[in-house]
Amino acid sequence: MNIEEKKVTKDYEFETPLAPKQARIQEFWRLFRQNRLAILGLFIFILFFCCAISGLMMTSGPDPLLDPAMIRLQEKLRPPFAKPNLDSLRREEIPPLGFYLMGTDDLGRDVFARMLQGAWVSLTVGFVAVGISVFIGIFMGGIAGYFGQHPIRVDHILMTLVLIFGAGLLLADFTRSGSVLLCLTLAYIFYSFRTRNRPGKKRLPLWQKFFRKNAVSVDTLIMRLVDIMLCFPSFFLILTVVALLPASIYNIMIVIGLTSWMGTTRFVRAEFLSLREQDFVAAVKTLGAGNFRIIFRHMMPNAVAPVLVSATIGIATAILTEAGLSFLGFGVPPPHATWGNILSDGKNFIFDAPWLTFIPGVAILIVVLSFNLFGEGLRDVLNPRLRERH
Amino acid sequence: MISFIGRSAIQKIITLFFVSIVSFLIIHIAPGKPSQVDPMNPKFTPEVVERFQKEFHLDKPLHVQYFYFYKDLFTGETISWKDNQSVLTKIWERFLNSLPLFIVGTIITWTLSFPIGIRSAIFRGKLYDRSATFLSYLLISIPGFFFAYVLIIFVVNQFHVPVIGMDTFGIRDGASLLSIFMDRIWHLLLPSVLGATGGIAVLSRYVRSQMLEVEGQDYIRTARAKGLPPEQVHYKHALRNALLPFVTMFGLILPGLIGGSVIIESIFSWPGMGRMAYEAILARDYPVILTVNFVSAVLVLAGTFISDLLYLVVDPRIRL
Repeated sequence: MNIEEKKVTKDYEFETPLAPKQARIQEFWRLFRQNRLAILGLFIFILFFCCAISGLMMTSGPDPLLDPAMIRLQEKLRPPFAKPNLDSLRREEIPPLGFYLMGTDDLGRDVFARMLQGAWVSLTVGFVAVGISVFIGIFMGGIAGYFGQHPIRVDHILMTLVLIFGAGLLLADFTRSGSVLLCLTLAYIFYSFRTRNRPGKKRLPLWQKFFRKNAVSVDTLIMRLVDIMLCFPSFFLILTVVALLPASIYNIMIVIGLTSWMGTTRFVRAEFLSLREQDFVAAVKTLGAGNFRIIFRHMMPNAVAPVLVSATIGIATAILTEAGLSFLGFGVPPPHATWGNILSDGKNFIFDAPWLTFIPGVAILIVVLSFNLFGEGLRDVLNPRLRERH
Repeated sequence: MISFIGRSAIQKIITLFFVSIVSFLIIHIAPGKPSQVDPMNPKFTPEVVERFQKEFHLDKPLHVQYFYFYKDLFTGETISWKDNQSVLTKIWERFLNSLPLFIVGTIITWTLSFPIGIRSAIFRGKLYDRSATFLSYLLISIPGFFFAYVLIIFVVNQFHVPVIGMDTFGIRDGASLLSIFMDRIWHLLLPSVLGATGGIAVLSRYVRSQMLEVEGQDYIRTARAKGLPPEQVHYKHALRNALLPFVTMFGLILPGLIGGSVIIESIFSWPGMGRMAYEAILARDYPVILTVNFVSAVLVLAGTFISDLLYLVVDPRIRL
């Protein structure tokens, strides 16, 4: 008996297909390592991350190690590596390094400290803006791809419009008419739930039939929204909104995020449309898994590759956009340094103090380049079709 | 064909309608009012503000304002709040200034990126290809304003020519025709090169990948196997087929006509579209902002429409 059982298991093991020798991540790393530029990008990205974190710690707080806001008017426009004139400085004004690593600007502020402070701004703007846009993109694209064929009825559209209008009235201090509209909508929602759950079919009167008519599908609605958003010239739109809103770093992140989700939506939708028809999704469905489990546990891991690539390149674009906005004078309010506004302040001294232009410019260039190289490397590895061709 | 044109025209008009609503709402719901631009100005008494609001229908509810604005736009009567000039003539003048930048930039982009892309596809994996790839990433990543200053320092130090503005102030009286011409060229060169950098990088990568796609096809192998010289295979068999998608890109460059670059134009003091839009944003000149937005949306939609049509004409496999 015992011997027989062993034999059976042995035979069984022999016939099962062997698992791949390498785990997915190992295979990924092996391919990624071949791309030297992408490795360089990853290395610079990690370096930049460390710089930004340590810069945040060194330049913030009540008594920072390197004070980016300290003004030394007698030490203005000193070149990089210049030694401070110790006689003219008070004790607390002497830079802790003993010299100005990246020189000083037109108010005698230490450019090194300002660059460290700006690194954190660039990092957070890049990541938060792309985080927002990826979140919206996955959400919209997932809905459009998975629930795309679901129709939206005329009454849904009308009720949404009335709801928005009512909320707007409420916000604009028309309390009475606003709350009446809101109550009306809520009552209608309650009514439609009641009628939906009621068993048995009744013949509806004509006017109700009109409201129950299917107007558009979810997919059409979302893709038309994407089309509308793509009609705006993006930098101009961001500039308009940022200029109209009060200046703050959070507004910039939100605005960049809200104006750049269209690409992700299209990728995710396209992936979902093809994944939805595949056998494993049908299998999970027959097992009785819920929609959310199917979307997030089974379909999303298969659709995440193009999103990851576009997010990496999106971070580069967001950093460039933020730098451009600070260069034009919008964005983070003045005492706080960003790479864009260091460059923008320095451009007036471009022939006398070129380091004020070159240091932030080269820093932006290197960081953005590292993100682009890393993103392209990811694309080559994650997309098997491209891999074969190269 | 006719039904395709009709359907997409209706679709684009609906999109345009929503774009007009969204842009109007963004501008008017944002905090701050145009009548508060200059609160310190002693001439801005409450009566003047009230007259200003009445004059431009700012005291009316939003949907009425929307109606007034687009009625004015379509009859061509929109006027700027800042200087009472007609917005359309203002845009037209600035457009004529931006046009040479756009034309020279586009010519530079298209003439440089095709040879670079084709060459790096032919020498795939060699030194030329790798350096071209790295260079194009560099060009995509470089911030335009920084590159502008690098170029300004270089050109001014090396060639001692003026580069800021559209022409040197006062050169028109007493100078020969040739020097006026050269002056214009020097002023035009830097901004249009800067406008073209991103385009060269992206387009040359695209040309390269299209060429690689075609070079992997069976008929290219057949042509090689027949013993044709490599030049003929590359330029006659491969290139012609690889060019197909680029015909449609003629439509997609249309929006660039009005976009202009805000940053480049303000660095070079070029009185073009981008700078006008930037100044309008600063002055909260809503009619100008909205009109620029509307016109650029029209151009985007027209561009995609034209590129769809071109694709239909060029590629016989597509039947809609």
